[in-house]
Amino acid sequence: MNVHQKNTSYDTLYKTFEERIDQLKRLPRLKEESSIEAVIEENGFSRRDFMKWAGATTAMLSLPANFTPLMAEAVKVADRLPIIWLHMAECTGCTESLLRSANPTIDSLIFNYISLEYQETIMTAVGWQAEQNLENTIEKYKGRYILMVEGGIPNGDTEYNLTVGPHGKSGKKISQHAAKDAAAIFAIGTCSAFGGVQAAAPNPTNAVALSEVTNKTVINVPGCPPSEKNIVGTLMHYLLYGTLPALDVFNRPKWAYRLRIHDLCERRGRFDAGEFVEHFGDEGAKDGYCLYKVGCKGPYTFNNCGKQKFNQGTSWPIQAGFGCIGCSEPNFWDTMGTVNEPLRDRLYHTVFGGLGADATADRIGIGLLTATAVGIAAHAAIAAVKNPKE
Amino acid sequence: MNENNTTVETQNEGVRVDALPSGPKRVVVDPITRIEGHLRAEVIVGDDGIVQDAFVSSTLFRGLEIIAKGRDPRNVPLLMQRICGVCTYSHYLKSTMSMEDALGITIPYNAALVRSLMDAALFMHDHPVHFYQLHGLDWVDITSALKADPAKASKLAFKYSDNPVCTGENDLIKVQETVKKFASHPQGLGPFANAYWGHTTYRFTPEQNLIALSHYLKALEMQRKVAQMMAIFGGKNPHPQSLVVGGVTCIMDMLDPARMAEFMVKYKDMKDFINNAYYADVVMAAEMYADEPSVMQPIKVKNFIAGDGLLVDRNEYLLSKGMILDGDLSTVHEIDEDLITEEATHSWYQVDKPLHPYDGDSEPKHTGFVESESVGPDGRMVHSANIDPEGKYSWIKSPRYDGKPVEVGPLASILVSYAKGNKYVVPIVDEFLKKTGLSVSALYTVLGRTTARMLQAKVIANHGLKAFDNLIENLKVDEESCAKYTIDNDKEYKGRGIGEVPRGMLSHWTRIKNGVVSNYQATVPSTWNAGPIDANGIKGPYETNLIGLKIADLSQPLEIIRVVHSFDPCIACAVQVMDVRGNKISEYKVDPIYGGVCSV
Repeated sequence: MNVHQKNTSYDTLYKTFEERIDQLKRLPRLKEESSIEAVIEENGFSRRDFMKWAGATTAMLSLPANFTPLMAEAVKVADRLPIIWLHMAECTGCTESLLRSANPTIDSLIFNYISLEYQETIMTAVGWQAEQNLENTIEKYKGRYILMVEGGIPNGDTEYNLTVGPHGKSGKKISQHAAKDAAAIFAIGTCSAFGGVQAAAPNPTNAVALSEVTNKTVINVPGCPPSEKNIVGTLMHYLLYGTLPALDVFNRPKWAYRLRIHDLCERRGRFDAGEFVEHFGDEGAKDGYCLYKVGCKGPYTFNNCGKQKFNQGTSWPIQAGFGCIGCSEPNFWDTMGTVNEPLRDRLYHTVFGGLGADATADRIGIGLLTATAVGIAAHAAIAAVKNPKE
Repeated sequence: MNENNTTVETQNEGVRVDALPSGPKRVVVDPITRIEGHLRAEVIVGDDGIVQDAFVSSTLFRGLEIIAKGRDPRNVPLLMQRICGVCTYSHYLKSTMSMEDALGITIPYNAALVRSLMDAALFMHDHPVHFYQLHGLDWVDITSALKADPAKASKLAFKYSDNPVCTGENDLIKVQETVKKFASHPQGLGPFANAYWGHTTYRFTPEQNLIALSHYLKALEMQRKVAQMMAIFGGKNPHPQSLVVGGVTCIMDMLDPARMAEFMVKYKDMKDFINNAYYADVVMAAEMYADEPSVMQPIKVKNFIAGDGLLVDRNEYLLSKGMILDGDLSTVHEIDEDLITEEATHSWYQVDKPLHPYDGDSEPKHTGFVESESVGPDGRMVHSANIDPEGKYSWIKSPRYDGKPVEVGPLASILVSYAKGNKYVVPIVDEFLKKTGLSVSALYTVLGRTTARMLQAKVIANHGLKAFDNLIENLKVDEESCAKYTIDNDKEYKGRGIGEVPRGMLSHWTRIKNGVVSNYQATVPSTWNAGPIDANGIKGPYETNLIGLKIADLSQPLEIIRVVHSFDPCIACAVQVMDVRGNKISEYKVDPIYGGVCSV
């Protein structure tokens, strides 16, 4: 799973990307009429805005700055890729997250622009016609489309607790069918990546992750919901490399999930200084003290929320004074204890046979950090980059 | 637009029965797209194209209340939030309120006002998104907008607003060009492909379609801005994370004047969009669709229940609570919660052992669909999996009030507030009726439901900042944001959170024992509206509203979609495990004062 690029020099990588983009350029376009450059221009963005965005995205993916022109090239071939987005056992929060992307920034333009062939929340076709759209896309773009799945998948005896379409097919069968000929598969959100809220004990519907119903590799983009940046970034990575991104033990792209919330936290200085909020609404809360003692799970959670934030950089939970709840970790509903207390005070048993999530986070966390020890240059790039919002 | 229709008559004129056997036929619509959740509708249509019978089924079960049991009361509101990412704040708020009610906590006034502002942001987000992105294309034909004269459309916009939004001639030309590019390519329509474009029941002129289409695109941008409003106090949206049992955590944002100003400015921008685009487009729809039977057919379930909504001052709400029976606006009844029941005769749950709600253990019993035939996409009978009306057919249960079906939602809220003479609501309703020449009785329709949703958004847009002003004043003398409390593991608690949310009256009921949640229930708006037939054979609002509808083209049942969308279905919400047949939800009642949690 861990992609071979690890030891490849950047020069080789650059060449790989160029070849990949050339290869994509040779594919027939889905939309002859408009180029993404035209769309960007129509929406009032200059070439400079676009290059700034490309630069920021390059850094987000931990690539050196000289890859920026390639990133810009890659975006231009994005319209070659049809996307199928399936809804399983979910709350539509991930779709909503996607709709929130941008103000408008270029991220959203890409999502308006790429060929979103099937997406039940926004598509106009209904019923039989909707089913036709799905089948036609799978048939027509066999081996070329990207499958994105939102939601956990009821399995076992309760497989038919989710059915979609006039034939009453189960969610499991539909996702297996769509996965079969997909060029790449992304599990969007914690439900699709790990089972999510419906899979929390006692898991009444035997909900499972997408990766448990298909033999193909699934890239997990967890979060409840994940930020649109992480979704778009994953797509960009696929465009560039034509392969999977470097993944951690939970198949999360390392460029987004390699660091802990704690590592990127704006309140980290408070933690190091021993300044803690003791209860919500106290003087420390007004001064932005560390939230560890009121339950922040940032030390056990791998994600880039503190850097990317949400809603075009408006805020994120720790800025709003509420600790991290660990929503991008597997089984976090069962392993992260009480939201407003440190883990040691958890009230009920966890799935890790009494070891507790503290032990889990330590073991797995250390393992992950070791595995991602490469990339000092990438860290420098992250530190240097400014927020691209305009 | 639908190339598959070429096998039979391609005209959209009249009922296409040429390829079909005579007699009643079944039409299955699944998935119903542009909603939250997984929903199917099935209708039986006679040779005259009239719907004789209708069934609505939810096809996903998750069982979140079962999962809530045994968890810490402070975790459950975040878990319940995950019922729905569209109603992302509603369940979080009501669940938190239920815990506070149970534990006897009075939250600080500042916290109540901030919660109210976040709620206002949700209403102002949810309703325009529903009208444009979800429901809009049932009213607006995109392909017709391409034929419009932009100059004419630009002038026409002034008929519906003194200050139109995004309808300058150049704006409209640009919209047309964008969509033209899209439409000119066979694969180019992406998410708009294979829809019912050109359907005979679309009523807007090309110019009107173009105005609405321009607003459709603008609404996409505005909804991002309103989502930021919630994120200012909530950390993010969807799934904000700043409410704790006892109050709110966002005190730093509340004390930051730049942050507060950011909220206010975004609020006013959205207020402008609601007044000059959303309002104007509904006025336009009222004018053009006033004689379209599929949206003017009188609704049959005329019992309405609404909760309090939007605290703007100590004990003052923008939206009123109460109940209307048989459409009689002369009396608003108090809600007697002892009369609320739920049952599962046609729902996929075991019902053979009635249990007390505290012990309520609704075991799922999924029987699925039956293999049969229905009208396919090419207008011929095809194989499909169908609902068995005699058996169980939905994950949604059937709530009843005194044995009667009830509609909840913005229509209920607006009617109750109007009948009560609510000073915020009455002038806005009267102004709309005067402008459109419609009578109050015209509100008891699909058009009325869609109108009421807009009116509710307008009431909040125009008056919700009262809560903001009161927050500013109160912060000068009081910086409390969260109450202290303890949970006694030896005590038993019970409580609820109740009130009006964008889709109607929502309540969460909880019981706490040994320091953990021992039972949990959510009574959700879409459950009231979308539930199946009850034990007495009585249907709920969705199903009754579909019966009698005339379908112009059985392979393109746009009329069904229009009716179902008018309820703003939220199906993940509607499927929540509740008590078994005949048990009273009111057993959860602790405090007879309605909504006592949020008033301080």
